[in-house]
Amino acid sequence: MRVKVNVVVKPKETVLDPQGAAVRDAMQHLGMPEVRSVRIGKYLEIEVDDKTPNLDSRLNDLCRDLLSNPVIEDYEVVR
Amino acid sequence: MKFAVIQFPGSNCDQDCLAALNGISGVRAEYVWHKKTSLAGFDAIVLPGGFAFGDYLRCGAIARFSPIMASVVEEARNGRLVIGTCNGFQVLCEIGLLPGALVRNRKLHFICELLTLRVEVPDSAFTHGCPQGSLLRLPIAHGEGCYFADEKTLRELNERRQIILRYSTSDGRIDPSANPNGSVENIAGICNREGNVFGLMPHPDRACELRLGSADGLKIFQSMIETIEATRAQAA
Repeated sequence: MRVKVNVVVKPKETVLDPQGAAVRDAMQHLGMPEVRSVRIGKYLEIEVDDKTPNLDSRLNDLCRDLLSNPVIEDYEVVR
Repeated sequence: MKFAVIQFPGSNCDQDCLAALNGISGVRAEYVWHKKTSLAGFDAIVLPGGFAFGDYLRCGAIARFSPIMASVVEEARNGRLVIGTCNGFQVLCEIGLLPGALVRNRKLHFICELLTLRVEVPDSAFTHGCPQGSLLRLPIAHGEGCYFADEKTLRELNERRQIILRYSTSDGRIDPSANPNGSVENIAGICNREGNVFGLMPHPDRACELRLGSADGLKIFQSMIETIEATRAQAA
C-alpha cells in the first residue's frame, strides 16, 4: 500500500517574495482590491510505501535538507 | 598550477571558466564531472555558473548533493581556495559553505548586464590585486541573485569583513539605484569566515578579455593565483 504525504514549503515572512507581490497586484486589478498580501510557496505530493520505517523523522530530515532551505523557507508536512 | 572546474548537468559557464583560466600563463584548468569523488592534485576549485539540474526545486538544491560536493567541502575545510560564480555561489550557499541564500530578483526579471562592483576587502585571497575602493566592471546574468541573510548573519558578515563585493554606481557609491536585484546591502559577493571560499553573482569568467567588454575578471583569478603561490612559498 502507498500513503500520500503532502509537503508545503513557504517563504519566511522576512524574505522578499516578489512573485507573491506581483500576483497580489494582479488580483487587486482583477476585481479584488481587498487582497492584502499573497505569498507563493511550493506544494509537493509525495507517495510513499506505507511500511516505510521511521517515515516521519526521515521525511522531516529531507524536508529540512532538500525540500526546503531553512534560511529562506519554512515547511509543513500534511498527512 | 591546477584549477578544477566542476561540471554539473546544466552547468553552462564551465567552458567560459576553463577558457579564462587556461588563458593565464602557468595555469591549467580541467573539468571534473560532478559524479567524481576526488579533487586530489588541484590547487583551486571553481563552481561555474549555469543551471545545475535545471535549477529544479531551488537553485543549487540538488547539485549540493552531487558526489563531488563531499570533496569540495573537505577541500574547503582544509583551506583550499574555492570560488563559486553565479550558480556556483548558489550551490555554495545551499551546501552551507557560505551563509545566506539567493532568491528571486526583486523585479522578477532575468538580468544580463555589465555592472560596476566595488571591492570592499582589498586584502582578501580573491581581491588583493585590487586596491581599496577599486571598481570592477563585471557582467551578471541571473534570475535569482537577490542575496538574503538575516540580521544577525549580516552583522557578522560586516564585522568579519566577509562582504567582498557590492554593486555600486559607476563612481563607486553604494546606492539603492545601483542594486540590480534587491540584494541586501547591495551584496554581490561574500566569503566564508576563514576567507578561502568566495561566492559571487557576477561572472569574472566572462570578463577576462577586453574584447568581451572588460578584463577585470582576471584580477580575481590573478589574486587567487598569487594567494596559492604565497601559500606554497610559505610552506617551502
